[in-house]
Amino acid sequence: MSEQPPKRSGIAIWLPLALFGAFFALVIWGLYRPADREVASAFIGKPLPQFNLPAATKERPGLTTAAMTTGKPRLLNVFASWCVPCAVEAPQLEALRQQGVEIDGVAIRDRKADLDRFLATYGNPFARIGKDDLSEVQLGIGSSGVPETFVIDGKGVIRHQHIGEIRPEDVPMILEKLKEAQS
Amino acid sequence: MRHMLIALVALLLAAPLAAQDQMPPAPLAYKQLDDPALEAKAQGLMETLRCLKCQSQSIADSDAPMAGDMRHQVRTRIAAGEEPEAIRTWLVERYGDYVSYAPQNKPIMWPLFAAPLVILLLAVFLLRGRFRSAGKKVTGE
Repeated sequence: MSEQPPKRSGIAIWLPLALFGAFFALVIWGLYRPADREVASAFIGKPLPQFNLPAATKERPGLTTAAMTTGKPRLLNVFASWCVPCAVEAPQLEALRQQGVEIDGVAIRDRKADLDRFLATYGNPFARIGKDDLSEVQLGIGSSGVPETFVIDGKGVIRHQHIGEIRPEDVPMILEKLKEAQS
Repeated sequence: MRHMLIALVALLLAAPLAAQDQMPPAPLAYKQLDDPALEAKAQGLMETLRCLKCQSQSIADSDAPMAGDMRHQVRTRIAAGEEPEAIRTWLVERYGDYVSYAPQNKPIMWPLFAAPLVILLLAVFLLRGRFRSAGKKVTGE
């Protein structure tokens, strides 16, 4: 074979390497990017679904949609006694309550005895606690885990979702969102 | 220091145990519907819905309590006469497209379908010189 290969343009020679480089960069980027496994609710800006949850504990009434539309913004905390981060956020919920924030709770798949022990140990900042044994309300508002906290405005519209425990540094942001929900 | 390490390891081991609820599964989490046709409908839908706790599994495959509650929700609604696609829409409204494994025909998907065509055309373009020289050889040049 004495034939010369056809002459190629300069760009074509480098194209495979460039493609490989781009692919390599994509893989490295995917490997080092912190994994985001949170599923944000798509229900922000929509009104709460209609629900009527029985009381989860004797000390507090159950939770209905009507009880949550009082004209004043409030928090809806999705929690459970078996959830470790829920205990971590308890002091922050208490701090919010002391600043006049009304907090309603939805206890997910919880036994009364466990819940009572949890509230006795970590405090009870809730005005009402609804018992959600089938995760109905959780599914209804697009919450995918515990704990999650929703800011609900006076008309019962979901305005903000906080995924994971409320840390001390999150408290001012939550208060800000509650203020925004007032308008 | 050493005690702290031991305590830390113990805590790591204890956390998964503590983060389990003790409640029995929802009534229709593991119980099939009596009507085989309805159950088949429900099963088909459940296999294409993502478990939000264990995100590479469908709710049909997952033993997470939340997946059980979602199966209960699906079976209850199917038994009440709702269509599978209506239930899918209901969930997508709440969790976004991520909750569904079924591909949707949306503009954001078009690059995916177009990519094979683009790559094929690019390959033909890059190799056009080869085709030409091969053709010449056959005609005896």
